[in-house]
Amino acid sequence: MSPAPARRARRRLGWSSYAVLLSLVVLAVVMLIPFVVVAFNAVKTPEEYATGGPLSPPQGLYLDGIIDFWQRVDFGEKLLNSVVISASVAVLAVVVSVLNAYALGIGRVRGRLWILVVFLIANTLPQEALVYPLYYLWTQLGLYDTQLGVIVIFTVIQAAFGTYLLSSVLGTFPRELLEAARIDGANKWQVLLRVVVPVSRPTLAVLVVFFFIWTWNEFFLPLVFLISNETQTVPVALGVLQGQRLMDPTMSSASALLGIIPAIAFFLIFQRTLTRGITVGAVK
Amino acid sequence: MTPPVLSARPGRATRTTRARRRSDDRASYLWFLIPGAVLLLAVIVVPLFMNVGISLTRWSGVGDPQWTGLDNYRRLFADGTFWASFRHNVNLIVAMALLPTLAGLVIAAALYDFVGKRFGPRAASVLRACIYLPQVLPIAVAGIVWGWILAPDNGALNEFLDAVGLGALAQDWLGDPDLALWSVMGVLVWVQVGYPVVIFMAGLQRVDPALYEAAELDGASWWRRFWHISIPQIRAEVYVVLLTCTIAALKVFGPIYVLTRGGPGGSTNVPSYFSFQNFFEKTQVGYGAAIATVLMVIILVLTAVFLRAQDRGESTRR
Repeated sequence: MSPAPARRARRRLGWSSYAVLLSLVVLAVVMLIPFVVVAFNAVKTPEEYATGGPLSPPQGLYLDGIIDFWQRVDFGEKLLNSVVISASVAVLAVVVSVLNAYALGIGRVRGRLWILVVFLIANTLPQEALVYPLYYLWTQLGLYDTQLGVIVIFTVIQAAFGTYLLSSVLGTFPRELLEAARIDGANKWQVLLRVVVPVSRPTLAVLVVFFFIWTWNEFFLPLVFLISNETQTVPVALGVLQGQRLMDPTMSSASALLGIIPAIAFFLIFQRTLTRGITVGAVK
Repeated sequence: MTPPVLSARPGRATRTTRARRRSDDRASYLWFLIPGAVLLLAVIVVPLFMNVGISLTRWSGVGDPQWTGLDNYRRLFADGTFWASFRHNVNLIVAMALLPTLAGLVIAAALYDFVGKRFGPRAASVLRACIYLPQVLPIAVAGIVWGWILAPDNGALNEFLDAVGLGALAQDWLGDPDLALWSVMGVLVWVQVGYPVVIFMAGLQRVDPALYEAAELDGASWWRRFWHISIPQIRAEVYVVLLTCTIAALKVFGPIYVLTRGGPGGSTNVPSYFSFQNFFEKTQVGYGAAIATVLMVIILVLTAVFLRAQDRGESTRR
């Protein structure tokens, strides 16, 4: 770089740069305020809340409200349900996506463009247009109000997206690798398991993370399909309680905090995969 | 992703045997599609057609559906609630697609171009993470957070207004029929804005810095560079964000369920919630199916139009 533009850039670091920075910082703070307010009130005693209102910072760390709420809704069970459902969907949907994308992206079967359109449509359909027939069929099959029933549905919905994405990724898979494996006498399964899957592992990891979080956050279908306490996921349990309007303010914020914590934990754990992955998914 | 380098070169078969082998080859890949196809059929395709079928009947969910032809659709187009729910959807498209895209463009350019270049990429990515954070919340949880903040008595927002001497502005944010939809829109902007910011920032990384340097040497202001370089260069991202957010806005259910249940007085009802009510609360399954079918058609048409437009945009650019 020549020195001239560098000097210009430094000179420009005047008040206007700081004004832009400041307004972005203000924006970021505004975005975070709801989280802070919720966290504050979740650790207040009811008396503190009654006297100080929702805005005063907490005097100490009062965890009884959270513990109360945890026990009342058996939150550990809800967490477990969410983990079981989301993890199963993430793994199964990636398996199905890989199989589909192997046939479409590498096998280039006839009519693959139309098949891809079908998968794309399957992913954009409103779930409202599927919910009643699924509800009816799953009741007949004994899958209603079971986690397996929800796992099957979301495996298909997530795999529809995964197929679409992976097919275009595998469409550019290095042909020499496939040919070489075939010459070494590998059949299609061996090529898939020993060449395609290991080489695409980074993309598959992104998909697993995405499917996990998307399924964790799902609300509509789990709300319809998981009606008993023993099967409900975290968002459904919290959403139903909120809908009943039975909670006092500190309990509300305790419940919100318990809903926020796992989401933030995933965000921190998977942040790098996520930001890389979002851009993979966006422009294809 | 780094594909390992390969030394072996494939041997060459004669062209005819190779072509025959390829087509056999292709057909045998169909086996891999079978599990996916069966699942897709069972979970998407069959229910989809069943739903369209149900929409042509009167059915309470038990007993035999009664064929009524297009009656549900006739009733639908005369139903004020139905039209109102779609009008609300338009508001939600503004809140979830239009405003976040516009704000996202400015924020992303400011973060990438200003903060990233003058205060370091670390500052930019921390700010980006803060703005993106609401996106990772389950939408139902975001609804709980805001339902509590916007509560009329003791809600954090009203208390805040009181504390800064603007107590007169305190409102029943979600309980006032004239205000509830606007409150929901505000919440959805908060939820949504991080998504375009992240996508657009990633897109901006692709833009050739030489373009900016040339423009800067020509004395173009930041706004002119933003308008004439940044936006045209990330047009593909803008399309994708507008499409996905518009579809998400049409499908919105969770925030409405948690924040207002479509109320007060139907002032925040949306098609997805309206169909849910008909399915599971009013047991007018045929009618609910008709609403869902209309919603589906709108979304499919919209997707097709957007994809077309994007295709054309891409081809004229080349």
